Amino acid sequence: MSPKTLYDKIWDAHLVHEAEDGTSLLYIDRHLVHEVTSPQAFEGLRMAGRKVRKPENTIAVPDHNVPTTPDRVKGIQNEESRIQVEALDKNAKDFGINYYPVNDIRQGIVHIVGPEQGWTLPGMTVVCGDSHTATHGAFGALAHGIGTSEVEHVLATQTLIQTKSKNMKVEITGQLQPGVTAKDITLSVIGHTGTAGGTGYVIEYCGEAIRSLSMEGRMTVCNMAIEGGARAGLIAPDEVTFDYIKGRPHTPKGAQWEAAMAWWKTLYSDDDAHWDKVVTIRGEDIAPVVTWGTSPEDVLPITDVVPDPADFEGGKVDAAKRALDYMGLEPGQKLSDIEIDTVFIGSCTNGRIEDLRAAAEILKGKKIKEGLRAMVVPGSGLVRAQAEEEGLADIFQEAGFEWRLAGCSMCLAMNPDQLSPGERCAATSNRNFEGRQGRGGRTHLMSPQMAAAAAVTGKLTDVREMM
Amino acid sequence: MEKFEKLTGIAAPLPLINVDTDMIIPKQFLKTIKRSGLGKNLFDEMRYDDDGNEIPDFVLNKPQYRDAEILVAGDNFGCGSSREHAPWAIKDFGIRCVIAPSFADIFFNNCFKNGILPIALPQEQVDILMKDAEKGANARMIVDLENQTVTTSDGEVIAFEVDQFKKHCLLEGLDDIGLTMEKAPAIDAFEAKASAERPWV
Ligand code: SF4
Repeated sequence: MSPKTLYDKIWDAHLVHEAEDGTSLLYIDRHLVHEVTSPQAFEGLRMAGRKVRKPENTIAVPDHNVPTTPDRVKGIQNEESRIQVEALDKNAKDFGINYYPVNDIRQGIVHIVGPEQGWTLPGMTVVCGDSHTATHGAFGALAHGIGTSEVEHVLATQTLIQTKSKNMKVEITGQLQPGVTAKDITLSVIGHTGTAGGTGYVIEYCGEAIRSLSMEGRMTVCNMAIEGGARAGLIAPDEVTFDYIKGRPHTPKGAQWEAAMAWWKTLYSDDDAHWDKVVTIRGEDIAPVVTWGTSPEDVLPITDVVPDPADFEGGKVDAAKRALDYMGLEPGQKLSDIEIDTVFIGSCTNGRIEDLRAAAEILKGKKIKEGLRAMVVPGSGLVRAQAEEEGLADIFQEAGFEWRLAGCSMCLAMNPDQLSPGERCAATSNRNFEGRQGRGGRTHLMSPQMAAAAAVTGKLTDVREMM
Repeated sequence: MEKFEKLTGIAAPLPLINVDTDMIIPKQFLKTIKRSGLGKNLFDEMRYDDDGNEIPDFVLNKPQYRDAEILVAGDNFGCGSSREHAPWAIKDFGIRCVIAPSFADIFFNNCFKNGILPIALPQEQVDILMKDAEKGANARMIVDLENQTVTTSDGEVIAFEVDQFKKHCLLEGLDDIGLTMEKAPAIDAFEAKASAERPWV
């Protein structure tokens, strides 16, 4: 047999049909659903008189729209949001799919809930009407975001029409320096390849620095594969993966676990597999980074200065000018001099327990800068409960952070958590697009540690100075 | 789905790279549970000021481009989220074809599902079309899917590539789900085999 990459292996195991021109029908093992991209898909099913083919493998949770303030138990105030969440309540019930409603402790961001409940397993195909489905690739699952028409297609047929992507290997060698995290890896890779660098590819992340990451860290890395343009990001499963998934509510048990393990252990790229593109970065060379512009590729080490648009080429010159104008920054300004108004810790990139631990570690015994607005939005109700048990919630609250309920929150500001025009935010989320966190809002992406450090000083800060 | 065969129309130039889905349709408009009616909010934050008045400089607000049916843009168009509201908004505005040097993957797929033809061309050719689009309403481009060509208002013909299956579906206005349902026996067979091999799934 010819050598294969991990992507090739998962692809082959899920191929239902392949046409002569390469258009393939791929079987989908898990379909995750949230309230924003699904109503029109369910409506489509109803109109055509179709059913959900595999309701038992379809999992829904409301996350994008839900308020994260404690009063949400009394109901959602915003009418449109409420209608959308109620539509999901109804669709989940009518079509008999697995559901974690808003006030269930297991509710949270769909990409945090899936793995937490053991729905995401190695070697699976996982889709969701959300681009950050790439997160699940951390388990060695082929996971991608789809549009609403495709959501409807998967609901009806449990398959997706696909053409195969190319294989790209991103190797992070060696070890990370202190103060450097999975977030810095993933942002640095995008800085290296650009936001279109991965277009047409599925990326497999490998190398010693990746192997040394926890599952939480691996999810952070894969989460942002989409920001690099890739269809999906993958990390081959290993003992770290198996330890994480063992015993979760929906993972196999007993003899089934053994059988699954036997297959999971074959899920790696063969030594002589073919790669269409290879990127290698030394772990030691990665610094704590922040973004300065309005694209995730606008990223630099915190020790650097705001770049000059003239230093770029092609369309990027104008894009950089526009970005600096929007961000209210001057070329040559030190990144560590940029003052912020707000800190947001959360999202499917960095809303897991390890992220909260890392931020709390920096905040312990400290207070946030006076006048700053700061919030922590745990990725799920269970993450929140665990953080309370570990005393992290107290650390955040004593420091001056708001301690919220689970949801997407200010990552995309569809709920009431939004930036005002000109408000500058240190955020642990994944997109710094214009208006992403609120019209006119200015977003700097970074790791939870860096966001915590910024909360203390009131400006972008090299976390290493506080360690 | 609406068929796409041949289109003769006004092309609007949008020479920006990395036009993301938040720009195309900001999230406050994602709260709808319908597919229609999003066209008025296409490019909302670039198109309207804080008070909801049109910004005259924005291309789609200029009189000559209000009826544009083609959009010519920069690299990496449609990056960001998977929201199909982006192609819905584009279509609802009346645009049926987007031309750029490259597209983000999910957006690209979503276009085809909604009767929109995204065309990726080398930068030099996009530059030619961008110049042509800048001529305004008198310059009409012709996009011919059957023959895979774009013709400028000066008669210059540029060929483009398109996936044959996607082309077929667009030309015929075929619904993917219906097509896939015809393959139900293959899906049944796959499920039977997979549940024997990987019963834990
Ligand atoms: S946390 Fe942000 S990126 Fe993640 S699913 Fe929610 S909105 Fe999307």
